[in-house]
Amino acid sequence: MIIIFILEAAETIYTVAILINMNQNKNKISSGHNACAGCGQLSAVQAVMRALNNDTILVNATGCLEVTTSAHPQSSWRLPWIHSLFENSASIASGIKAALNHNHKNTKVVIQAGDGGTYDIGIGLISGMWERNENIVYICYDTEAYSNTGIQASGSTPWGANTVTTPSGEKSIGSQQSKKDMLTIALAHGLKYVAQSTSAFPDDISNKVKKALVTIGPSYIQILSPCVPGWKIKTDETTKAARLAVKSGLYPLLEYTEGKLSNSSVNANFQADSVNEYLKIQGRFRHLKTEEIKQIQNLADKNIERYYL
Amino acid sequence: MPLNNKTQFIEGSRAISLTVANIRPDVVSAYPITPQTHIVEDLAQMKAGGKADFEYLRAESEFAAASIVVGAAAAGSRVYSATSSQGLILMMEVLYNAAGLRLPLVMTVANRAVGAPINIWNDHSDAMAMRDAGWLMLFAENHQEAVDFHVIAYKLAESHNLPVAINVDGFVLTHSYENVIIPGRQEIKKYLPAYKPAPGTYLNPQKPITLGGFFTPEHYWLEKKKLDEDIKRAASDLSRAYRDWKKILPSPISIKPKFDNGLIEYCGPNKPKTILIAMGSVAGTIKETLKTEKDTGLLKIRSFRPFPAQDLRRIIKNCPRIAVLEKAISAGAYGPLYSELIGSLPGYRGISSNHIIGLGGRDVSVATIKKIINSTGKAGLKFW
Repeated sequence: MIIIFILEAAETIYTVAILINMNQNKNKISSGHNACAGCGQLSAVQAVMRALNNDTILVNATGCLEVTTSAHPQSSWRLPWIHSLFENSASIASGIKAALNHNHKNTKVVIQAGDGGTYDIGIGLISGMWERNENIVYICYDTEAYSNTGIQASGSTPWGANTVTTPSGEKSIGSQQSKKDMLTIALAHGLKYVAQSTSAFPDDISNKVKKALVTIGPSYIQILSPCVPGWKIKTDETTKAARLAVKSGLYPLLEYTEGKLSNSSVNANFQADSVNEYLKIQGRFRHLKTEEIKQIQNLADKNIERYYL
Repeated sequence: MPLNNKTQFIEGSRAISLTVANIRPDVVSAYPITPQTHIVEDLAQMKAGGKADFEYLRAESEFAAASIVVGAAAAGSRVYSATSSQGLILMMEVLYNAAGLRLPLVMTVANRAVGAPINIWNDHSDAMAMRDAGWLMLFAENHQEAVDFHVIAYKLAESHNLPVAINVDGFVLTHSYENVIIPGRQEIKKYLPAYKPAPGTYLNPQKPITLGGFFTPEHYWLEKKKLDEDIKRAASDLSRAYRDWKKILPSPISIKPKFDNGLIEYCGPNKPKTILIAMGSVAGTIKETLKTEKDTGLLKIRSFRPFPAQDLRRIIKNCPRIAVLEKAISAGAYGPLYSELIGSLPGYRGISSNHIIGLGGRDVSVATIKKIINSTGKAGLKFW
C-alpha cells in the first residue's frame, strides 16, 4: 500500500515537472493550438521544441500540425516558420539552407512533416535533399495514416489497420500492405544520424533532436504519434499507446549513428509485452482475429531480433 | 567572354545567362529540360569557374527546383530558375504557391510545346498553363528584349513581392545568335540595388514570422483579391521600369514603334485596316511582313500579366479588323490570348479572328503571315 502511494506521488511529481518543463516552450510554440484533446503529435512537438534554440527556422509540410497552429491571422509559432506545400518541405528547407549559407549563417533548419508527406508524396524530394547533404533535421510525426484528411491509409499504415481507404470487412482485414521501412531508406542515403522514438518518451525525443542538430549533414527522426480519431483511442490514452508500441517491440526506440545501430530499447533490460496489450486499446485493430494478431506478434518478434542491442 | 556592355553576337541562352550572372542572384536552382539547358549549364560553368558566387543547387526535378527557390526567397535571397514545357507544368503547384506567398521569384521560361504528343519545339502551350498562377508574365521578341526583361523583372519582383516569368521562344531565341548588348554589373546595380528585404518580411530568427499559414474563407478571398489588385497595379511600374532601363541601356531598334509603353508596342500606319496582335518572337516575322503590307499594323504584347486591357482597347477600338496570332490553343474554346482580348473589348464592332500558329514548332513564315492578313475578312478560329 505504502509502495503504491509512493509510486503515485512520484508520478504526480513527474507530471508536474513535465508541465513546468512544457511552459519553458514559450519561445517556440505557444499554447492555444487547436489540435484534438490528447493529440500525440502535439505532445511530441513540445518535446522537439524543448531541444531547439531560437536560432532556428522551421519548415512545416501540410498536415494537422500546420492546420492546427497557423490559422491566419493567428500563429502558435514563435520561431520563423514556413509552410509551402504538402510534398516539398525538403526542397523548401534546402532553399532556406542555401540562403543561410550564402550569408554565412549557421541557423538551424528543422523540417516537421507527417507520414503522408514523408513516406508517400514527399519521398522523392526528401531523397533529393539527402543527396545534397545539407545540415537539415527532418522530423516525421508518424500517425500511420493521413490524419488531417480523415484517416486514409498511407505508406506508413501498418498491416491490418482499419482506415477509411483500407476498411476492414467481410473480405478485408484492413490494410493489406506492410508499413514501409523509412529508417532503412534514410540509412541507404548515408545519413549519419537516424533515430526513432514515440510521443510517450519526451526526454528521449529531446535528446535525439539535440544530437541531430549537431550532426554534420542531414538527419532523420521518426516519432510515433498516436492519433486520437485515427487510432480510435481515448483522449487520455495516447501516451499509453505510444508506450505500449515500444514495450511490444513493434516500435522500439532506436538510434543509428554513422549507419550503425547505436541505441535501442530492445536490449538486455527489455521485457516484451504482448502486442495484444497495444492493439486492444485501439479501435483501428478491433476487428482482428487471433490468427491475425499472431501475425502482428510475429512482426514484433522479428523486430526484437533485428533491433536487439 | 568579358562581362561588359559592348554589342556581342551571341546565342540567346548565353545572353540570358550572362545577364542573370550580372544581376547577381544569391541562389540558383534548376532541372535540365530542352530547350532551357544552355542557360543553366552556362550558369553552372560560371559558378565552377569562380566567375559567379551564387549558390547553385542541383534539383532532382523541376518541382524541387521551384521549391528550392521558394525556400531561398522566403529566407530573403534573390533567386533564379529556368525551365520549359513539361518542367513548367510539373512546377505548377509551386508556381501558385510562390505567388500566394508573395515571393519575388524570377524565372526564364524557354517556351516549348506540351505533350502528348511529345514535342521539343517552340509554342506557348506551357506559358498559357500558368496564366492563372498569379505571376507577372513577359514575352520577349528578341535577344535584347530577353536581356532587358530579366533586369526589369527583378526590379518589379523585388519592389512588388511578385514572381515574374520571362518567356523566350525555345530554340527560336534560346538557340539562335543575334547582336545583343549585355548590361554590366555596375549598370545593373545602379538600376537594381542589392536585394535587402525588411526584417519581419522574411524568415529570420531575429524577427520571426509565420509564412504560409492556414486561411479560412473570411481571409482567403481578401488575399486573392489583393494579389489581383497588386498585379494590376504593377502595370504602371512596369511601364516606368521599362522606360528607366532603356535610358540606362539604349539599344538600336530596326523599326521605331508608333507607341511603346513597355507593356505593348504598336508598329504600323496611323489608321490601319487590320491590326495583328501577337506575342514573342513571331512579332519579328510580322514586322518583316509589314514592310510590304502598308494597311496593316502590329500590336505586340510584351506583358501578358498584367494584361494591358486599357492600352489595347485604345489602339484597337476603331480598327475594322483585328487578328490574334498565337502559339497556343485552349482546346474546345479559342486561343487564350484571343479570349482575353475579346473579353477586354466590349462593344467592338469590327471583324475579329483568331489564328493558331506555330504549334509544336510548325514554321511561321512571311508567306504564312501574308495569308493570314488576306484571311482577316472572315471572323473565327483558324489553324495554320
